[in-house]
Amino acid sequence: MLSRILFTRLLSTAVTLMGVAVIVFVIIRVVPGNPIAMMLPPGATDADIERLKAFYGFDKSILEQFIVWLANVLQGDFGNSISLRQPVSSLVLGRLPATLELSIFALLMAVLIGGGLALIGTRSRGTATEAAIDVTNGMALSIPDFLWGLFFILMFGVLLPIFHISGRISPSLNLDFSTNFYLVESLLRLRFDIFMDLIGHMFMPALALAIPLAAIIAQLLKQSLKESMNLDYVTLARTKGYSEYQVIIKEALPNAVLPTLTLVGVQFTFLIGGTVIIERLFSYEGLGNMAIDAVINRDLPLIQGIVILFAALFTVINLVVDMMYVVLNPKLRHA
Amino acid sequence: MLLSRRKMLQVGVASAALGGFTLPSFAQAIDELVIAYNVNLPSWDPTVGLSAVNPTIQGIYQSVFDLFIPQNPDLSFGSGLVTKSGWNDDQSQIWMDVREGVTWHDGSPFTAEDVAWSLQRAGNPDTGNPIQFIWGKIENIKAEGNRVTADVKEYEPTIFKWMSFLTGYVMPKAYYEKVGADGFEAAPIGTGPYMVEKFERNAFVRLKANENYWGGAPEFKTVTIKFVTDAASRVAEVESGNSHVTLEVPYEEFDRLKGSSSLSGTAAPISDIGMIFLNDIEAMTDPNVRKAAAHAIDKKLIVDRLLSGYGVPIDTLQTPDYAAYDSSIKVEYNPEKAKELLAASGFSTDNPVKFSIQTTKGFKPKDYEVIQAIVGLWRKVGIEAEIEVYEIAKHFELRAADKLAPAAFYNWGNSVGDPTTSTGFAMFGPSPHSVWDGKETFDAILPLWGEKDEAKRIAGWKAVDKRIAENAEVIPLLQYVQPILHARGVTVTPHASGALLPHLMKRN
Repeated sequence: MLSRILFTRLLSTAVTLMGVAVIVFVIIRVVPGNPIAMMLPPGATDADIERLKAFYGFDKSILEQFIVWLANVLQGDFGNSISLRQPVSSLVLGRLPATLELSIFALLMAVLIGGGLALIGTRSRGTATEAAIDVTNGMALSIPDFLWGLFFILMFGVLLPIFHISGRISPSLNLDFSTNFYLVESLLRLRFDIFMDLIGHMFMPALALAIPLAAIIAQLLKQSLKESMNLDYVTLARTKGYSEYQVIIKEALPNAVLPTLTLVGVQFTFLIGGTVIIERLFSYEGLGNMAIDAVINRDLPLIQGIVILFAALFTVINLVVDMMYVVLNPKLRHA
Repeated sequence: MLLSRRKMLQVGVASAALGGFTLPSFAQAIDELVIAYNVNLPSWDPTVGLSAVNPTIQGIYQSVFDLFIPQNPDLSFGSGLVTKSGWNDDQSQIWMDVREGVTWHDGSPFTAEDVAWSLQRAGNPDTGNPIQFIWGKIENIKAEGNRVTADVKEYEPTIFKWMSFLTGYVMPKAYYEKVGADGFEAAPIGTGPYMVEKFERNAFVRLKANENYWGGAPEFKTVTIKFVTDAASRVAEVESGNSHVTLEVPYEEFDRLKGSSSLSGTAAPISDIGMIFLNDIEAMTDPNVRKAAAHAIDKKLIVDRLLSGYGVPIDTLQTPDYAAYDSSIKVEYNPEKAKELLAASGFSTDNPVKFSIQTTKGFKPKDYEVIQAIVGLWRKVGIEAEIEVYEIAKHFELRAADKLAPAAFYNWGNSVGDPTTSTGFAMFGPSPHSVWDGKETFDAILPLWGEKDEAKRIAGWKAVDKRIAENAEVIPLLQYVQPILHARGVTVTPHASGALLPHLMKRN
C-alpha cells in the first residue's frame, strides 16, 4: 500500500515540478522588468545591450532558453545567479537549512501552543476559559504574521530587549560548523552558547509564523476532541475511573488528531510561504529573504531555483503527511 | 507562597534560558561598532555585475577597496592610491602617479602594475564591467616605476572623475590571478581601511581594521555591518541598542529618535535627486503643457510638508555641489502662469489636459505621496494626471525602451557631480537612460561630450540646463537629505555621495 502510494506520488511530483518549472520560466520572462535594463550603464549603446543579453543568454527565444536551462538542470546545473554571481544550486541549498530550521521550530511552537490550547479548551468546555480561548484564537487568526512580527520587534526587541531583532546568529560568535543546519549541529556538538544565540534570534520570527497556525490547530483539534468526547468508548473510559485529562489524551486524542494532522501538513506549506515576509522583516538569512532580493533584482536563474526548491519542498511535505496519515489511520493501513 | 521543587526548577530553567541569550549592549562603551545597513551586499567584486552600479552598496566597497581617486565628504577629489593624474599636452595620453608604500590586506605590496591591470580589466568587455564604455576609451595601459600611462582612444573629459565613481576600484592583480573570481569572492582583499573577516550573505559582514592603511588606521577596530533591509527593523535595531548606526529611516522616526537620550542624528544633503522624466509623447509634445506642469509644482511645500523639511528644492539636474550648478536658473512656482500657459493651448480646470504619470511606491522616501501631492497641485491648474505605480525594474525596462509614460518619477544619483552623468545621460536622446528625443537638446549636448576645454565644457552644460529649464523638458524636484541615526557614543561624518563610511566614524 505504502509503496504504491509512494510511487504514484513520486510520479505526480515529477509532473508537478515540471509544470511549475514551465510556468515560472515563462512568467518571470513575460512580466515587465528585466535584469539587463537594470544593469545598463548610462552610456550604453544598442551594441552594449545586445552584448549584455548574449552574456546572460537572454538573446535567445524563451523556448530556446527553456531547453538550455532544462538540459542543464537535468545535469544538476541550475545556472549562475545574475546578482550574486554564484551557482544557484549552492546558493539555494545553502539557505535552505536556515528556512527549514525556522519553519520546523515555528511548526513545533504552533503544535505546542495550538495543541495545548485545544486540550485546555476541551477540558474546560462550556466555561469562561473556553470562551477566552475562542476569543484568543479569533484574534490570532485575524492578525497576519508580519504584524505579529512587528509587534514582537517592538515588544521584545525594543521595549523589553530580550531577543535579537535581526539576523540568524550573532556575528561575534565563531562558527566553525560543517553544515548550515546550525541549530541541529550546535546541539550535536554541545555548543549551547551557539544554540541559545540561535534560539534568541529565531524565537520572534518563529513565534510570528506560529501564532496563526497555532490558532487553526487549536480550533480544529478542540472541535474534533469535543466530538470524540461524546462517543461511547470515551464514556466507557470515564466509567473505568480515568481522569478527564486521561480520557482526553489517551482516548479522544488519537482519533481526533487525524484531521488536524492533514490540516497541519497543508498549513505547514503556507507557513513556509510566510517565511518570505517574516525573514525579510527579521533580516533572517533564509531562502525567503533571498527570494525577495532575487525578485527585486530580476535575478531570473535565482528566482527559478528558489521556486523549484519551494515546489519540491511542498510536494515532499504533502507526501510525508500522506504517508503519516496512512500509518496513523488503521482503516487505510489495513485496506 | 511556598514554592514547590518543580516550580523552582521551572523558574530556574526559564531564567537560564533567558540569560543565555546575548542581550543588546546599548549602555556599554562601544567596542565593536555595529551598523544596520539598508541593502544586502550581493557580491564582493565591485567592478562587475548588478551590484557594481548600485550606488547604495558603494559605502561597503569603499571600506574594503580603494577607488583609484578618492572623494572627500564634500565630493571634492582627494589623493589616494593615485596621488596625481593628468593629461599630456595634446591630450592624447593620460598619466597617473601611484602611491608608494601601500600594501594589500594579505601583506603583499601594492604597485603601479595593480592600477594598470585594474584599468585594463575594467576596459575588457569580457569581464562584464558595466562601465566598460568609459574604461574602453583608453588603451595601451602601461606601468613604469610608480607611473601609469595610457593612450587615449577616444577623448573622455570625465575619465578621472569616473575613477572616483562606479567600478573605479583598484583590484589586486597577483592575488586575483592566483585565486580567480570564485576565490576572490570567497576571500576578497583590497587596500582599504578595513579587511573582510567574516561574511554571511544576506546577514552581515564583519570587518577588521587595516592597521597599515595608508590613510591612517580606523578608530573602530571591528565593525559589523548587518544587512537590515526593512526600515522599521532598522529603527528597532538602533532604538534597542542592537546597532549603533543606521541610515535611510523614515523622517518621522528620525525626528522622534534624534533627540532621545541615547541617540543622535545627522541629516545632510546627498548627491541623489528626485525628478520627473518627461517623455516627449502625447501631451508632453506641447511646450505649454510641460511648462505649466513645471510651474504648478510648489517644491518647497512638498519638501516641508511631506519630507519634514529634509530636502533641497532644485530647478536643474545639478545640485549646488555639482560642477555645473547655476544658481541663476530658476523655475518659479506660479500657478497663475501655469493656468495661462494651459489656456493658451485650450486647457482649463473645466477642460483639463490628461496624461499618466508613473511612480514607484516606497522606493524613495514618500515617493508615491510626493506624486500624489503634485497631481493635486496640477489638478488646480487644469492638469488631470492618472497615477500608475510601477516597480523600479519596470522603470528601467521602460526607460531603456523609451516607453515611459509622458511623466515618470525617478531618482538620479551622481556622486562625481559632473554634468555628463546628470543632464548628459538623462537628457541625451541616444542614452538608454533618456526618454527625451528633442533634436535641439541633442544638438546642444552632442559637442559637449568631447569638449577638451574644461571651462567651455562646464559653461556649455550650464547653457544646456538653462534651455532645458526654459522649455521644461524635465522637472527636477529635490535633492535628497540622508538621515543617519547613531548612538551618542559615535560621531558620524556624512559623505555627500550617500556612502556610509565606517572609517569616517569616531568615538565621542
